[in-house]
Amino acid sequence: MPTKPLANGLRRIGAGTIRAVSRMGFAARFFVAVLYHSPAALRRIPLTLREVYFAGVLSLVVIIVSGVFVGMVLGLQGYDTLNLYGAGDSLGLFVGLSLVRELGPVVAGLLFASRAGSAITAEIGLMKTTEQLSAMEMMAVDPLARIVAPRFWGGVISMPLLAALFSVMGVFGAYVVGVRLIGVDSGTFWGNMQAGIEFRPDVTNSIIKSVVFGVAVSLIAVFEGYDAKPTAEGVSAATTRTVVEGSLAILALDFILTVFMFRGVGDV
Amino acid sequence: MTNAIELDDVSFGYDRRRPVLKGITMSIPRGQVVAIMGGSGCGKTTILRLIGGQLRQQHGQVKVDGASVRDLGREELYALRRRIGMLFQFGALFTDMTVFENIAFPMREHTDLSDALIRDLVLMKLHAVGLRGAAQLKPSELSGGMARRVALARAVALDPMLVLYDEPFAGLDPISLGVVGQLIRRLNDALGITSVIVTHDVYESLKIVDYLYFVSEGRIIAQGTPDEVRNSADPFVRQFVDGEADGPVPFHYPARSYAEELAAGAN
Ligand SMILES: Nc1ncnc2c1ncn2[C@@H]1O[C@H](COP(=O)(O)OP(=O)(O)OP(=O)(O)O)[C@@H](O)[C@H]1O
Ligand SMILES: [Mg+2]
Repeated sequence: MPTKPLANGLRRIGAGTIRAVSRMGFAARFFVAVLYHSPAALRRIPLTLREVYFAGVLSLVVIIVSGVFVGMVLGLQGYDTLNLYGAGDSLGLFVGLSLVRELGPVVAGLLFASRAGSAITAEIGLMKTTEQLSAMEMMAVDPLARIVAPRFWGGVISMPLLAALFSVMGVFGAYVVGVRLIGVDSGTFWGNMQAGIEFRPDVTNSIIKSVVFGVAVSLIAVFEGYDAKPTAEGVSAATTRTVVEGSLAILALDFILTVFMFRGVGDV
Repeated sequence: MTNAIELDDVSFGYDRRRPVLKGITMSIPRGQVVAIMGGSGCGKTTILRLIGGQLRQQHGQVKVDGASVRDLGREELYALRRRIGMLFQFGALFTDMTVFENIAFPMREHTDLSDALIRDLVLMKLHAVGLRGAAQLKPSELSGGMARRVALARAVALDPMLVLYDEPFAGLDPISLGVVGQLIRRLNDALGITSVIVTHDVYESLKIVDYLYFVSEGRIIAQGTPDEVRNSADPFVRQFVDGEADGPVPFHYPARSYAEELAAGAN
């Protein structure tokens, strides 16, 4: 008798593993299919521009507001800690590096996953549920080319722009707190930042990170929508998965990328 | 000349355990309006999906315009679909586009027509279903019956050679119902297309079709011209035509006996 729960447990783990692996295989094939259909989709620029608007422009408010607040907090906390060691003047450098190297791409990515990623998943999932994708197929129009690829590229294009904007707004927030309120010298604030942040590797790596996050989140978002069970619960579960998987993917990728990018640069 | 559609001993199930279609054979000649009738859940929509190549039968052959649909490659299938119009059971209008854009969609995707010409064509199609005034509305602003008429206009947007109508009459008031019925017949005859109508509405379809198939439990149980159907003594056909719940066609989805199920709940 006692072997039965054990066997059942093992069986469940096995089934779960098989399901997860086959889903990943499906996702990989899906990615290839999206890339295959991309040239045709990208040739019709208005389709992708429209998605840049939905994924990017409509995320502006949340990105700007969060960027300013994160920057202000960084300014406060950073100055507080740096000042302990008499390094309050390095605030500009500290804030700039934190934002460009990590917080810009990562926080913007997390916001992007929950604001734009979930919207993409919900939209595609609902189109599937209401047979709009089927109808398109019956009209000899491939939904991968007409619906999925433009949304994917809209996300990929928007994400680095949003991350850059987030960093800029963060620096502005830190400037307001550090220079305007606390009274760090304005010249020192900007001078330190300028001297300490290199275009290569800091800014280029930041761009690479945000592009990678953009690809990951956009792919997860379109895949979950396309793969959603065509019911109300199915779409809501898919939307949740996009946010969870998208956020986890960003954090894991960020660690991996950071390891490779900033090895040996710790002495800046 | 080959028939527009040929189904030969077609069997299909969404999963292995429960077959939905069990050996369907039908042939639909060019230029005709043919109705497929049957109770809810008997597999009518499934037949249309097999014809359109969205599902693949496990057994038998589905031929459209002489070509076996299951064996077509992607390009060939898409080429075939360009000549097929389909009205989906629930409309399936694109919710992010206006009514006008919905109907213009297949034209924009598949033709190089100028905007001015597309505009004229779309308005013509909308006029035919009586909704020219609704061109700028979004699908969410339409009633169920209006949405169905828009979907119908979209299905014939490219003047296809074959149109598959899934429940074109559902949710229509008696006036639109008659108009839509006549419209299907007129489109069919004027453009020389072939039409397949899936419907529950015996009364309306008897007025416009050339031939009817009755499907029950995955099999074709009766067929004939409208006159044959009206005069048929077949109990299946009589049950449909007279609309009785009791008869050879089961009203209930297969289940344990009701008494058994109630008794099981009591334990
Ligand atoms: N996607 C699916 N997965 C599994 N089973 C399905 C699926 N779609 C339909 N079925 C089953 O197949 C059978 C036939 O469905 P179908 O949609 O063809 O019926 P129908 O004749 O069009 O019914 P209605 O008149 O109510 O639209 C039903 O019993 C249904 O339970
Ligand atoms: Mg149906």
